Amino acid sequence: MAYLELKNIYKTYGNDENATEVLSNINLEIEEGEFVAIVGFTGSGKTTLVNLINGLLEPTKGEVLFKGEPVVGTSHERGVIFQNYSLLPWLTVGQNVYMAVKEAFPKKPKKELNAIVADYVDMVGLTPAINKRPKELSGGMRQRVSVARALSMKPEMIIMDEPLGALDALTRGTLQDEILNIWGKDKRTALLITNDVDEGIYMADRIIPLRPGPNATLGPEFKIDIERPRDKTLMNDNPNYKKTRNAIIEYLMDIGEERKSQASEEFILPDLAPKDFVNQFK
Amino acid sequence: MKQSLTLGKVTKFMGLGFLSSFKDLFTGKLEKEDYKAFLRKVIVPIASVLLFIGLWHLGAKSLYNVEAEFRIEKALNEQGQAAADEMAACIASGDISCQPNTLPSPSQVWASFQSLLKDHALISADKAAFIEKTAALNEKRVAEGKDAIVYTGRPSFVDQIFRSLKTVFAGFFLALLIAVPLGIFIGLSPTLKSAFNWFIQIFKPVSPVVWYLLVFMIVKTLLIDSSEDSSFSISFIAVGLCSMWATLVNTSMGVSSVDKDYINVAKVLKLGNFQKVFKVVLPSSLPLIFTGLKITLSVAWMVLIAIELLAQSPGLGLFVWEEFQNGANDSNAKIIVAMFVIGIIGFLLDRLMLAIQNWVSFEKTDAI
Repeated sequence: MAYLELKNIYKTYGNDENATEVLSNINLEIEEGEFVAIVGFTGSGKTTLVNLINGLLEPTKGEVLFKGEPVVGTSHERGVIFQNYSLLPWLTVGQNVYMAVKEAFPKKPKKELNAIVADYVDMVGLTPAINKRPKELSGGMRQRVSVARALSMKPEMIIMDEPLGALDALTRGTLQDEILNIWGKDKRTALLITNDVDEGIYMADRIIPLRPGPNATLGPEFKIDIERPRDKTLMNDNPNYKKTRNAIIEYLMDIGEERKSQASEEFILPDLAPKDFVNQFK
Repeated sequence: MKQSLTLGKVTKFMGLGFLSSFKDLFTGKLEKEDYKAFLRKVIVPIASVLLFIGLWHLGAKSLYNVEAEFRIEKALNEQGQAAADEMAACIASGDISCQPNTLPSPSQVWASFQSLLKDHALISADKAAFIEKTAALNEKRVAEGKDAIVYTGRPSFVDQIFRSLKTVFAGFFLALLIAVPLGIFIGLSPTLKSAFNWFIQIFKPVSPVVWYLLVFMIVKTLLIDSSEDSSFSISFIAVGLCSMWATLVNTSMGVSSVDKDYINVAKVLKLGNFQKVFKVVLPSSLPLIFTGLKITLSVAWMVLIAIELLAQSPGLGLFVWEEFQNGANDSNAKIIVAMFVIGIIGFLLDRLMLAIQNWVSFEKTDAI
């Protein structure tokens, strides 16, 4: 039995005539300790998929099983790192993390909680900024706080929804390494949603493309057989890397073409002209 | 240095940043590049105030002349040349009995302001003397279980300002106590929202006068056995009911429109309902709640004058009304003094709210 299992998931927004099926027939299995990346175009339903797994949304049809149990609502076992950081702007870095720690370990004394907060803030290298508010931090620093907050609850699985999407390439690289480091330390299960194929290849064990929605569904999986720890510069010369990367990109390009041809539906404009305007010239 | 730094910070915090420019001028700290900013922030407002006073002076003078000419002409038409000459001489002499009654000039208003302050000093002295005189007697009366004798003389202008402030704050806190909790509940529950929506829509536009009458009908009956003066209760309740709508609407809007990201965070962290409201929903809607409270306080101060006037509750509103009815020679000038006092206090109240808002809320708001 898989650690996380999605069985024939369908998700529809709206009712009856206005209904849009965003996800159809999604099947996914993730084993314990695995790092899986889902790659897809923007607007293909990635966030919807993430929210189904973390319990913020319920599927219209199908089942999400976590450790064999159906997912009902959110859980501290599944930590979420949001795309737009979602830090509470009125709390400092420390307070943002403390809030999560306190919810996760309600019985621990305050001193211990503060120690956990300090640990995790230190882990993402933000100890000097612990008393700052999110507004005073750069994008990368904010995302680090978000990482610290998710991990401080000691979740068994980390779900990342395009966590590095809004960052510049350099910050991205550092944060990728940091996340891998943390993941490597105690081998938690991780699910990464991204629109960057290279990021997926660098970080994950398996990459699964999401065919764009509406009616988004998962494509064939690609295994990444590159030994860890991976090195970005060396990886470029790895034949395995080149092969996988080309295969994935080719697949995504094909989907893109397909989508374009589907979207070539013509809209016929009504043949209208202002009545008086035409008459003026007669 | 440290002292002046804090002063600058305090004035800026209060939204009175322009005051620190004055200080820079006097301490000679003004740099050359600050010159333009100084011109804009200090010279332009002063110039506009002077221009305003100048125009006011000229306008008052011409109105005065129109009134004076009318009086002389009237005397001429009704009583002949001799009476007209007499009237002209009388007006020129500045005799109180025949002064034209029109818009007072700035200097007259200033004189009235000073006379009001003098009057306050006089009344305060009188009051102090009275308290001293009756102290021994009151002690005895209290010991015997009787009510103490209180000063029942006429209130001074300053007393009335404080009475008005008391009324407006009592009304404001009433509005706060009703509107904020109610707004939170309405914002959280769509059911309550549809239950209260018609109520808000209908009562929001009701005029202060009607609120006063409504409160009067109810409070009069409730206090029917009490021999106490109910005018204060009536006026502050009416002020509170009139002014609470902005806070009610803003609070419910703020609470119901909390950023979805924050709600998702609350869900992922599995915050309880209580925690969710106090740690996520309320902090994130504080800016909107405070905008509502600021409007409420300014509306409260605005309607207060009308309501005090109707309720015969001592205060600036009653002061204005009594001066108008009084029709003494300096009544008009006193009304203008009251107008400025009302305006300036309204402005300071607004700045006070802004300071509190900046203090408690994570979003800093600039003074407008």
